[in-house]
Amino acid sequence: MTGPAIEDLLRELAPQVLAALVRRHGQLEGCEDAVQEAAAAASVQWPAQGVPGSPRGWLMTVASRRLIDQVRSDHARRDRESAMAAQVAPGDVPDTDDTLVLLFLCCHPTLTAASQTALTLRAVGGLTTAEIARAFLVPEATMAARISRAKQRVRAAGSSFSLPGGAEREERLRVVLHVLYLIFNEGYTASAGRDLHRPDLAREAIRLARMVHAQLPGDGEVTGLLALMLLTHARQRARTTAAGDLVPLEEQDRGTWDRAMIDEGTELVRASLAGPALGPYQLQAAIAATHADAATAGETNWEQVHALYLILERIAPNPVVTLNRAVALAQTQGPQAGLALLAGLDGDERMAGHHRLLSVRAHLLEKAGDTAGAYEHYRRGARATASIAEQRYLESRASRLAR
Amino acid sequence: MKFLISMHINPAVLDALTDEEKAAIGAGHGRFIEALKESGELITTQALADPSQAAVVSVRGGQPVVTDGPFLEAKEYLGGFYLIDCESRERAIELAAQIPDSAIEGLGVEVRQVMFADGLLDA
Repeated sequence: MTGPAIEDLLRELAPQVLAALVRRHGQLEGCEDAVQEAAAAASVQWPAQGVPGSPRGWLMTVASRRLIDQVRSDHARRDRESAMAAQVAPGDVPDTDDTLVLLFLCCHPTLTAASQTALTLRAVGGLTTAEIARAFLVPEATMAARISRAKQRVRAAGSSFSLPGGAEREERLRVVLHVLYLIFNEGYTASAGRDLHRPDLAREAIRLARMVHAQLPGDGEVTGLLALMLLTHARQRARTTAAGDLVPLEEQDRGTWDRAMIDEGTELVRASLAGPALGPYQLQAAIAATHADAATAGETNWEQVHALYLILERIAPNPVVTLNRAVALAQTQGPQAGLALLAGLDGDERMAGHHRLLSVRAHLLEKAGDTAGAYEHYRRGARATASIAEQRYLESRASRLAR
Repeated sequence: MKFLISMHINPAVLDALTDEEKAAIGAGHGRFIEALKESGELITTQALADPSQAAVVSVRGGQPVVTDGPFLEAKEYLGGFYLIDCESRERAIELAAQIPDSAIEGLGVEVRQVMFADGLLDA
């Protein structure tokens, strides 16, 4: 087995081993350190000595030993009998996969979203603290503090290692999906250049979403989120130029879209729409699938996109959804209809001065032939955004009009 | 989200403070730094030497021209900054309000979102 294949295997097995250890010993902090150490040992030993017959069992044994060492040294410090160490016996890995329980624990509601994402990437994603720090462009010490604080909070919350039931389970699953969505978005919108040493968070989010989907194949929103990620990631190569400039959807070279990803995403959307209830991720995925279905931008079924946004607006009202619906409405009924819908957002303080509102309005004003108004709004949008790529794009649209 | 919290100091206002007040500001910054480090929100913080020590550099006709003193003639000068990574703009503002300077008339604390980063953050 090659080095990269071993790394993939380790990242798949580590959360399973961690989940089994936490189930047995109930403390995320110590178990997490032990599993990271075991995985680090494996990544050194396996390429040289070969992968053991039962890699999971090997990791479990080594991690258990590390945990015993930890407990012993803790006890030594406290000058007490190492009674507990005897309980920590290396054993067989249970057949049940508790990775999902582990994911629920990492997305504990007492944590901030930033801590949930960091802890998830480390404990379930198997990334090192240094890798996570690089992914979020913060110093390793900052990320180490954040992860360690998150583990302390989970312990202080006294959460048991089990899946919550009923409504709480439903609520917690929404948090888990939101965290995966945030990880994906972080990878998708990463503004810094393509650094080879920076982990690909979009791919990581897709991997984790696949894992959740494998365990909860009947959940429409889990399927919807995975589909949304695949359909969005499929456009990755087309959405920026070699120079890093943004290419809007209607100008993208659709030949460079990843067909296999689109097919898989579309199939998942289809399957999930047949289910009993519709959720926001399913609808967003259905919208992405509608775009993917059009061979050229001109062939986009805007009526369908608009209808889907209308349903999305009803089940999950949000000014950004209305903003997107205005774009679709402008395509079916003309720019004035879109602008009229935008006017309703002016009083919404969540959108006041928001660069998306400014840029969409600029776009629709341009289509309506109001060059001066469009120029003004592109410029204001460029000042309001915190993304350099978006700023460059909006400035180029403005200067195109000034010519 | 990354933010720069900059502290704009007025040397005259600082001079007018009592020793106890100055010590309280120093202690307040110390506690603030510790709390930020523990929560995993601090990227870095630096304080700057007095503006009278600044040099303004310009290149004219290919030749560098160096003049002493700050670029802007003002009552307030950039005294230092915190570079943080936190949950939201609301959290950044909440943190800025914990900086002792924000409670003193004549000292300014400003919050601005970071748009591009390289070097320190691109490990």
